[in-house]
Amino acid sequence: MYSAGIDMGSRTVKVVFVEELKVDGAPQLKWGVKGKHIMFPEDLDADQAADKAFNEALQAAGITRDKVTRVVATGAGRKQVKFATADVTEVSAGAKGAVFMCPKARTVIDVGAEEGRGIKADGEGKVVDFAGNEKCAAGAGAFAESMSRALQLPLKDFGEASLRSDKTIPMNAQCTVFAESEVVSLIHSSTPKEDIAKAVLDAVASRVTAMARRVGIEGDVALIGGMVHNVGFVQSLKTALGVDQVLLPEMPEYVSALGAALIAAEGK
Amino acid sequence: MADTAGEKKEYWRWQENCWIDETKDWRAAKIITAGIDVGSVSSQAVICADGELYGFNSMRTGNNSPDSAKNAISGVLEKSGMKLEDVHYVVGTGYGRVNVPFAHKAITEIACHARGANYMGGNAVRTILDMGGQDCKAIHCDEKGKVTNFLMNDKCAAGTGRGMEVISDLMQIPIAELGARSFDVDEEPNAVSSVCVVFAKSEALGLLKAGYSKNKVVAAYCQAMAERVVSLLERIGVEKEFFITGGIAKNPGVVKRIEKLLGIQAVQTQYDSQIAGALGAALFGYTLMQKQGAPAKAA
Repeated sequence: MYSAGIDMGSRTVKVVFVEELKVDGAPQLKWGVKGKHIMFPEDLDADQAADKAFNEALQAAGITRDKVTRVVATGAGRKQVKFATADVTEVSAGAKGAVFMCPKARTVIDVGAEEGRGIKADGEGKVVDFAGNEKCAAGAGAFAESMSRALQLPLKDFGEASLRSDKTIPMNAQCTVFAESEVVSLIHSSTPKEDIAKAVLDAVASRVTAMARRVGIEGDVALIGGMVHNVGFVQSLKTALGVDQVLLPEMPEYVSALGAALIAAEGK
Repeated sequence: MADTAGEKKEYWRWQENCWIDETKDWRAAKIITAGIDVGSVSSQAVICADGELYGFNSMRTGNNSPDSAKNAISGVLEKSGMKLEDVHYVVGTGYGRVNVPFAHKAITEIACHARGANYMGGNAVRTILDMGGQDCKAIHCDEKGKVTNFLMNDKCAAGTGRGMEVISDLMQIPIAELGARSFDVDEEPNAVSSVCVVFAKSEALGLLKAGYSKNKVVAAYCQAMAERVVSLLERIGVEKEFFITGGIAKNPGVVKRIEKLLGIQAVQTQYDSQIAGALGAALFGYTLMQKQGAPAKAA
């Protein structure tokens, strides 16, 4: 029997299945990932997208619908998943998934497209406390995305470019809209692109570090969300946090869906 | 499509404006002063002849403050046949006020806006809302236009002119038409719920997808902007008379909604609302010259 987690993000739908692993003599149940699937819903309604993604995921994993006992939904569109047995917030799902992937992590930093947050979790992956950007794009992936447009440097090259810079240029603007003008004036003053890229990533890192400090940084730090792929951001984050390493989970896009699946497996 | 392919239209681009009072002769004036307001988005130069508005120029701020200041004053000097040497005293204000190379003095834009509003809206004005390009201020002043208290938001684009430019571009509606278009709707929508302009952009696109007309999206955004600045005003309190300065004062879509939320009318003015800061600066220059006595020449 399997449990499923479905993460209804604003741009993608992710599904993960977990199954119970038989480990002889283990005091607790162990779970393993059975399958994962990602889908871009494009123009589909949320409930259609959920159905489609789930069916595709079943097919890809080679399991049938009746073998899935529980489904927990998470993400912005979690209330739209009609077949879910329960739903949990992205914060709970993210913490659960991150601690499962990186068992030593007690601080989870989640930087997605529209949100950035610092989460304090316990050894079970339960949320102790968290702080987020809430109503403001500063400290979210959208900030870096806007700046990459202003710099005309694709987001995937952005991080690598920033690693070539050893300059620290402070950004005055916190607001994404104002920061865009600031980046444009840096371009006009012939500041090298890699220095600007670093300034931008440093700014995001310093915002999310402030959020993490609000809840207190404990244990190892894991980073989840789309910014995991940005090598420059990871470096900026290490510097901002003053730590030697930031744990990066495998299959970072699926961490929240995995967390939801694990919460489902635990009987929610 | 009417738009020419390949040509990117700049919907946000607002009208630059240069004006002089043809009925006056500046050569007859004893004291000529100038105020230069170098803002983050727009720059203005105002020339006063004996403490009365004579001419102004309002334009987009360029890449550096000294050039923006020079360009702004050049426009009005040329139009009136004046030379910089004819101006006795120059006061710089705004975000780039310390970078006006030919200014004798720099004064904060808050003091200047209050002074300018006192001239433009009359000495009964007690509360001023300055909706600038990158900030928004609520100012209290006395009957002389002296600041008694103020609050400002300069951290966030919500409720600023820059935020309005973003929506103008997104909706592809020229910025000067936004106000009128926002009233051309079947019913008044709820305000856009996102505060952040970046998120409001995604929300606006979502509303279009959900079947809102462009006008209705603009209405929802104007309402959000009004709610945002009213919350700033309410923290400081609104005393009559109430006056709005800055570029957004030209957008009835926001102004009428602010008036409705506050339950009071803003004082109307014949002047360009964007010149308040530079006008105040020029008037401060006039007061200083009167105190000093004999006019010196501009540097």
